[in-house]
Amino acid sequence: MREELLNKEAVFESLAQNVAIQAMRAAHPEAVTNAKFDRGELTLVIAADSIRAACRTLQRAGYNFLEDVTCVDWYPAEPRFQVTYHIVSHTLKERVRLHVFVESIDPSVDSITPVWPSANFYEREVWDLFGVRFHGHPSLRRIMMPEEWEGHPLRKDYPVEGYR
Amino acid sequence: MPDSSGRHDMPEIPGFVETATLIAPRPEEGPKDHTMVLNMGPQHPSTHGVLRVVLEIDGETVVKLVPDIGYLHTGIEKTCEAKFYQQVVPLTDRIDYLCPMTNNLCYVLAIEKLLQLEIPDRAQWMRVLLNELTRLNSHLIWLGTHAMDIGALTVFLYTFREREDILRIFEQVSGQRMMTSYFRVGGLALDPPLGFFETAQSFIRILPEKIDEYENLLTGNPIFINRLKNVGTLSAADAIAFGVTGPPLRASGVDWDLRRDMPYSSYEKFQFEVPISHDGDVWARYIVRLQEMRESVKICQQALDGMPSGPIKADAPHIVLPDREKMKTQMEALIYHFKIVTEGFQVPAGEVYQAVESPRGEMGYYVVSDGTAKPWRVHMRNPSFATLQALETMCVGRLIADVVAVIGSIDIVLGEIDR
Repeated sequence: MREELLNKEAVFESLAQNVAIQAMRAAHPEAVTNAKFDRGELTLVIAADSIRAACRTLQRAGYNFLEDVTCVDWYPAEPRFQVTYHIVSHTLKERVRLHVFVESIDPSVDSITPVWPSANFYEREVWDLFGVRFHGHPSLRRIMMPEEWEGHPLRKDYPVEGYR
Repeated sequence: MPDSSGRHDMPEIPGFVETATLIAPRPEEGPKDHTMVLNMGPQHPSTHGVLRVVLEIDGETVVKLVPDIGYLHTGIEKTCEAKFYQQVVPLTDRIDYLCPMTNNLCYVLAIEKLLQLEIPDRAQWMRVLLNELTRLNSHLIWLGTHAMDIGALTVFLYTFREREDILRIFEQVSGQRMMTSYFRVGGLALDPPLGFFETAQSFIRILPEKIDEYENLLTGNPIFINRLKNVGTLSAADAIAFGVTGPPLRASGVDWDLRRDMPYSSYEKFQFEVPISHDGDVWARYIVRLQEMRESVKICQQALDGMPSGPIKADAPHIVLPDREKMKTQMEALIYHFKIVTEGFQVPAGEVYQAVESPRGEMGYYVVSDGTAKPWRVHMRNPSFATLQALETMCVGRLIADVVAVIGSIDIVLGEIDR
């Protein structure tokens, strides 16, 4: 069965018991700009300036394990980059996905390495392959591509076969 | 990048990242700075591939450790965006070449979740059976190479003997020993051939005594114990902070296994224990993995005993390729075949994250669809990539020889780190 809730009000109303939603509503209701519940997965869209606070809140609420940080390039749409976080709770056995949308001019967002040190490599990967900067990252350098590489290969305007 | 004349310049051949940029020398400390920087890898037999580790050492003791990766980066995530959904399956084998079936499974589960497709029981049970055989295969390689790193060369020959049996089973079922690509979106590629279950059953029957054999060689061996016990200790809090998953996480005392806690592909119908240990050292990881092998044997046995009959493909003609026989007799089947092969199948817009328990930990596929026949974005969350971040914590203060033991114990595969 496919249940789909595509806006913030509907998600907040139907999933009022969800721990992540309760925690976010209590701590920073204005930080969640949108929400989605699709195919059994909860997605919260977080305002770019409050991602670190949102992660802290979720961590305190029991979402203790950062699984993944990645990015999606929606070129040519704006805001272009969608930085995506997957966080799971070992006690609740639930997962929540956070989105942060970043504009294409000087794309940057706060690093969440102070909350989860494991974000280190993931954020380096996003910087390397998408060119999104992370403020406060301990050592933001390329991880997959060589140091002197030009461009960010996973951007949609970078050709699949490279420049030749 | 294109220059002013519109031509594309050839990029220069990239150089080696200078060791000094990874670990900066400290001339201000003068004669007090008696450490030296040692480069280990990328061509080093105990780094299991092309891992490069830059070590700062004080005598034999590790002071600082910086992993440098990317030597095997092939841009699989980018390639996926240019392929039809079904064409991505063979690429997923090549990410983690020691557990191809787990990669196949994770990817097809993600796409099936996007499509909201129901998979017949027989296909699900076959997937479980083959996934556990894959886990055994991967753990056998880990055990052989790990023991070889420590200096116990014999075990390698023993484990590769059993691994060969598993590879023969894979060849029987998929036609390939390593890059199986056997799972399809919507089910399996083919029904298992005659004699497959008998071969699998006879292998599962002998394996427990083979595991006893390895244990006889290693578990009581004083050299092996001394090299492993109290080495590379990782606390549960550190393990979670660094994103460690799988056997290293369970060896640190965190009771978390996706097969049990967030079941997929009907794992909830199987009874098995999740071995954990609270020591968090290399020895604990060894014990946890050996017990996991015994549990995998149990799961395989349950899958063989209760294997349901029925179809192996979902009833979705616009997604699943028709049988060869039907194509020869039915017009619709031929049309569907032609359309799937030439245009792919369209997947409704949306995004999913599907995680499975691979032999190394949590493997996750994040797939974003824009409603066309090609994925907009495929991202793989690979266990070794995160686990590598904990390497420094595990190695600092230990000897260089312990670094080898620790790298062996986290069971990294560089193919999945670099993708």
